[in-house]
Amino acid sequence: MAQVHLRNVVKKYGVLEVVHAINLDIADSEFVVLVGPSGCGKSTTLRMVAGLEAISGGEVHIGGRVVNDLPPRERNISMVFQNYALYPHMSVRENLGFSLKISKRSQADIDKAVDEAAEILSLTPLLDRKPGALSGGQRQRVAMGRAIVRHPEVFLFDEPLSNLDAKLRTQMRVEIKKLHQKLKSTIIYVTHDQVEAMTLADRIVIMRDGHIEQIGTPLDVFENPVNTFVATFIGSPPMNLLDGVVKEGQIEFGDGTCLAVPPAYSTYDGQAVTFGVRADNIMPVGHALPRGEHMAEVEMTVDLTEPLGTETLLFTVLAGTEVQAKMLNPRPVRSGERMTFQIMLDKCHLFDADTGATLKK
Amino acid sequence: MKRLKLPPWLVLLLPAILILSAVVLIPLVLSLYSSFTSYRLTRPDSIFNWVGLFNYEKAVTDAKFWAAFGRTVLLLTVALNLEMLLGLGLALMVSKVTHGQRLLRTMMMFPMMFSPILVGFQFKFIFNDNVGLVNNALQSLGITDRAIPWLVDADLAMFSIIFAEVWTATSVFGILILAGLYAIPRDPLEAAKVDGCTSWQSFRYVTLPFLMPFIYIAMAIRSLDVARAYDIVQVMTNGGPARRTELLWTLIGRTGYVDARMGYANAMGYISIFLAIFFTVYFFKKLTKSRKELGMGA
Ligand SMILES: Nc1ncnc2c1ncn2[C@@H]1O[C@H](COP(=O)(O)OP(=O)(O)OP(=O)(O)O)[C@@H](O)[C@H]1O
Ligand SMILES: [Mg+2]
Repeated sequence: MAQVHLRNVVKKYGVLEVVHAINLDIADSEFVVLVGPSGCGKSTTLRMVAGLEAISGGEVHIGGRVVNDLPPRERNISMVFQNYALYPHMSVRENLGFSLKISKRSQADIDKAVDEAAEILSLTPLLDRKPGALSGGQRQRVAMGRAIVRHPEVFLFDEPLSNLDAKLRTQMRVEIKKLHQKLKSTIIYVTHDQVEAMTLADRIVIMRDGHIEQIGTPLDVFENPVNTFVATFIGSPPMNLLDGVVKEGQIEFGDGTCLAVPPAYSTYDGQAVTFGVRADNIMPVGHALPRGEHMAEVEMTVDLTEPLGTETLLFTVLAGTEVQAKMLNPRPVRSGERMTFQIMLDKCHLFDADTGATLKK
Repeated sequence: MKRLKLPPWLVLLLPAILILSAVVLIPLVLSLYSSFTSYRLTRPDSIFNWVGLFNYEKAVTDAKFWAAFGRTVLLLTVALNLEMLLGLGLALMVSKVTHGQRLLRTMMMFPMMFSPILVGFQFKFIFNDNVGLVNNALQSLGITDRAIPWLVDADLAMFSIIFAEVWTATSVFGILILAGLYAIPRDPLEAAKVDGCTSWQSFRYVTLPFLMPFIYIAMAIRSLDVARAYDIVQVMTNGGPARRTELLWTLIGRTGYVDARMGYANAMGYISIFLAIFFTVYFFKKLTKSRKELGMGA
């Protein structure tokens, strides 16, 4: 097992720089998820760690070695690709055993390792089939099996679940988590799905445009986003953001609506801010929000509802901006209905209106 | 009066049927028929002289025929394998080139643009023992002071013919294999790298299986080509000296047109066609199998 360090790692395609001097320290047997919107450089970063993409600047360390100039096969990693990348001309058994065969292990060793991996991933009945005769989920499991037979120091996953349907994705997510608990290897996992990131990660790395925006545990990035980008990217639905100005203990929004300033932010008088609040912290009165001291009440009209079963999302307008609120213990709501909502000011965030950076409490 | 009414499908097919019978069916039947007669071009009425299987018996007991047959198989085996290896090497190199790849691809096709007759003349000149390029070069480099009889010595003549054949047709393999290389998905190759393959192992276990269908297509095309090889040999050695480079079709051509024994030539022709059919069927079987291995349909 191994630690992975990225030191000022840069990737350039010609003059175009797509990864800008990123730093990342990954502990032994940690599960780190790189997440970010499409095109932000997640795959590129992962592929540099794998050795499939040349590193334009900086250093990548795996298990204490600088691996910049080592080919993939000397890095002791294995990778699961988004499109499975199975060898179509080999049976499942051969696919699984290929890396061991290449490293000249004995047939008995190979068989044992393959059977073991097949057992873990319930692939045993499929061992003699070709990848062409497998479903998407089965192919995905083979791709994972191929990665685990070698017991590498580091696993790299590049959006391994994005080609699966929602149900299978949830199922495989659990499988991957179990696998990590069993194998205890270091995992770097790329996804653009923040739910996957939240559920799988020990730590989440949020990237945008080739920069790392924030690194932290799932709860940490959820509760303390460093800027509006992270605040809207992590968590579903995204955090509601409203622009306003702090004035004498009140935030005044563009249309003149005022809300009390969240208590932790009392020192920002006169500053233009972005006020952030999650749907979880705006609820109709009487809907399972603990009654606290710092509570604001507003009356709003519900435009649209999205019932999700255990909860219902309510789309309303606050101070001229569309916001989403949540209702636990749902009851049917008519659109156009006026309701009184409570906003939990303790849980609200203030960001700098210009930079989007979070303001210190 | 009732007019004869043909079913519409027959009416629609009739033009095609007529043309096909004129250009394919009638010559085929006629030549097959004549192979059972003692037909000589010089005595047209001999076409009615039925001799049964006599021509075929004569052919299969004729040492000259089997020698030509063997030589054709030899040429086919050696030339195809050489072309495959060289074409593969060429394609691999061209695919690695980053600048001017288009130009190289076009240049690769140059040998295919010349008529085999011209190629034959060209190599006849190159391998000429007195004025030829090869001997001149060897002599001025001081490697030898003799005039090596490239087109006269039996082995050397065969070598020269194979050389010319390979020169013209390596690009067939080159182009098809290059097309194959472009069609290989990137993912399995990257997976192989991560799985620990050296470049040779990636080539051996991933690239090559993907290329096999393309190689077999080239093989099928070229086996038909070489099995009917005539022009280059005819020009370079005329099957000689003393029939030492005689191939099936130079022998058949000579028997039919020079000796005018068309009935016998046609009989040998029909036997020879089996050679071509055999190789084509063989390579198509291989092609289907290799495609199936890759999961590319039946
Ligand atoms: N070969 C290349 N040449 C030039 N630019 C490239 C190349 N490969 C990727 N890029 C650019 O690098 C950036 C990062 O790409 P990358 O594949 O890492 O994105 P990603 O975060 O994995 O996105 P996705 O979620 O869509 O997979 C993109 O803007 C992309 O256009
Ligand atoms: Mg990607």
